[in-house]
Amino acid sequence: MNFDLKVALVGNPNTGKSTVFNALTGLNQKVGNFPGVTVDKKTGTCKLSDSRIAQIIDLPGTYSLYPKSKDETIVLEVLAHRQGPSYPDIIVIVLDASNLKRNLLLFTQVADLKIPVVIALNMTDVAQKAGIEIDIDSLAARLGIQIVPICARKGENIDKLKEAIVNTSLVALQYDTIEVEAIAPELIKKISVEMLIDTPYIALQLAHQHEVLHFITPTQSERIEELEQEFSFHSQKAQAEETIARYNFINDILFDTVKRKTSGTEETVSNRIDKVLTHKIWGFVIFFGVLFVIFQSIFAWSDYPQTLIEQLFIALGNIAHRYLPSGVLTDLLVDGVLAGLSGVLVFIPQIAILFTFISMLEDTGYMARVTFMMDKIMRKVGLNGKSVVPMIGGLACAVPSIMSTRNIENWKDRIITIMVTPLVSCSARLPIYTLLISLVVPAEKVLGFINMQGLALMGMYALSIVSAVLVAWVMKGLIKARERGYFIMELPVYRMPRWDNVGLTVYQKVKAFVLEAGKVIIAISVILWVLASYGPSEKRAEIERKYASKEFRQKYSGEELQHLKASEKLEASYAGIFGKTIEPIIKPLGFDWKIGIALITSFAAREVFVGTMATIYSVNGDETHVESVKQKMAGARNPITGKPVFTFAVAFSLMVFYAFAMQCMSTVAVVYRETKSWKWPVIQIVYMTALAYFSSLIVYQALV
Amino acid sequence: MLRLELEMKLSQLEPGQAGIIKEFTDLEMSVKLMEMGCLPGERIYVERLAPLGDPMAITVSGYQLSLRKFEASTIILQ
Repeated sequence: MNFDLKVALVGNPNTGKSTVFNALTGLNQKVGNFPGVTVDKKTGTCKLSDSRIAQIIDLPGTYSLYPKSKDETIVLEVLAHRQGPSYPDIIVIVLDASNLKRNLLLFTQVADLKIPVVIALNMTDVAQKAGIEIDIDSLAARLGIQIVPICARKGENIDKLKEAIVNTSLVALQYDTIEVEAIAPELIKKISVEMLIDTPYIALQLAHQHEVLHFITPTQSERIEELEQEFSFHSQKAQAEETIARYNFINDILFDTVKRKTSGTEETVSNRIDKVLTHKIWGFVIFFGVLFVIFQSIFAWSDYPQTLIEQLFIALGNIAHRYLPSGVLTDLLVDGVLAGLSGVLVFIPQIAILFTFISMLEDTGYMARVTFMMDKIMRKVGLNGKSVVPMIGGLACAVPSIMSTRNIENWKDRIITIMVTPLVSCSARLPIYTLLISLVVPAEKVLGFINMQGLALMGMYALSIVSAVLVAWVMKGLIKARERGYFIMELPVYRMPRWDNVGLTVYQKVKAFVLEAGKVIIAISVILWVLASYGPSEKRAEIERKYASKEFRQKYSGEELQHLKASEKLEASYAGIFGKTIEPIIKPLGFDWKIGIALITSFAAREVFVGTMATIYSVNGDETHVESVKQKMAGARNPITGKPVFTFAVAFSLMVFYAFAMQCMSTVAVVYRETKSWKWPVIQIVYMTALAYFSSLIVYQALV
Repeated sequence: MLRLELEMKLSQLEPGQAGIIKEFTDLEMSVKLMEMGCLPGERIYVERLAPLGDPMAITVSGYQLSLRKFEASTIILQ
């Protein structure tokens, strides 16, 4: 799309920056990627009063241009790279009027980059209530820029902000704030001359951050390092000096422009809410109540739309089979692509529900309190206070849960949460657990009221949670943190959630999942379809001949014939051959080649296990026919020993395998999207498969 | 002769107590704390502790901040 002007939106977290972004762009938004970090690059377009179109780039919220996390480095990356694709013509900085001093720190840094800047002064109503009177005109005059007081939540003065953007000169006119050169005079001069930089503050920032900025070449970085040695530049001392100088500048200005009526020590509403929500006992009770509601909703509300999506695709498949000429292409389209698409879309209800809750919790300010309450426990095992929500969400489905780890700022905590969330037993494991438990655990009660089968099922869930915590604890020691873990975090005042923000978040998350993870999921499901439907041609021809023969046709009914043929075809397919090949490897776990085939086909999704078992044992695999699958499996005998295949040991070994193995391509795809590399999904598949294999081995060998 | 250490750390304050920042013991942490408004001369009021005793919530320059006890122990009060 063409646009005439690029505008970057910057500001502290919790200043209503994203609300300003939504108010400026409305539904004309696009989510892309910044290279090298996991922050979404949100851009949108906005029509200005002079009919020019401006592209608005929403940069991550930050308190300073010195990043606390890897994701925050993108702010300087964009603002200091003059030739970069996102380099803005104008910066709009959103400031919280009720907390002007801290907000102005970022402003003074940004102003010194010498890009034209406009201040959007948000939350003036909150400031007024708190007894803060800001003389906006004299503040604007002191800084040499335009200040537009806005109320983003109510959409007030957004027009004036647009007008201010139109009236902004494309040459930076703001006054200098502090004397930047005084911090490291020779170094700034040398860097400016050698790298052709005309802004002293950019030269200083390069001295601080040359190692993390992508547009600095290794040679340049080395040269800066040399210069730093030469002038004995100490990055942290310089940062401290700069920050103090900036606050002195800010204090001087605020002294003349802001009057604070001394309000009494009246307790704020937020504080009173916090007394309950972070209470020693009630705090936890309420938090677990909230988690319970989220968990229940994902389970209860997503069931109906999911069934609807599945049925729609079954109907579509039937129509396609009826009207399209039968052949390989139709099969590929229906059983490969359509089935894959159905596998993608079926996650939408769960993603939508989880993100409705999560963005509400974020928006109200409650999420910060959750982090505050849970930090001490979660830190011990290498997780973050915010890891609790994805892990509980993992009980329903790992896919939206892993997407929700975005709001964990610390890189290491986020990676560990992503790595362990798929260990938590999700709803797709439930049919496997119930099938296998009902096969080998008697439906009896112990002590008169404890159902044995229920006990076994609970045991599987407990095992999954314990293993996730243990693995997190191990990873805490193994993964090296590139950044120091801070917990210095703002506790924003409680607010009502903004429903349009919630709606937009849900919309964007669903879109991102379908467009990005969807590609991987469809690709894998097509591969799996090929593996399960094709095999060496001579074998397949033989089966075709066998079932075409008169003898078979007389012996069995049409339906029986179909099932038997499907079973043999699967056995002769590449998946079948592969299943037989791995039999020696999985034999110590108590699995035969038939289970081997199911392990391969259910890599698409765990619940496919039941369907594959049905095909292998040549019965109808519909949900309504689970009983018949169970009977067949119960009756299955080992051809050599004549003993039942599904013994107590085999069933538990298999359940433990499914509890730990990464049998879900959607999760793989989502981990790839969230970590932006194949490194972490590969590590995850390897460690989970190893964990599954050895745990099953131990369980089987101990029980047999 | 016995010299009494009169230095008080932020982490030693109880909820409801207040103090004024004098200096920091950790340079890297001090930069982050100052960016968040914890400046020498600024008054800090301890609002509450998390239910498990750590981290703590403080009010500084008009807003609430939470930080771990370890981080609070790098702030020396007057």
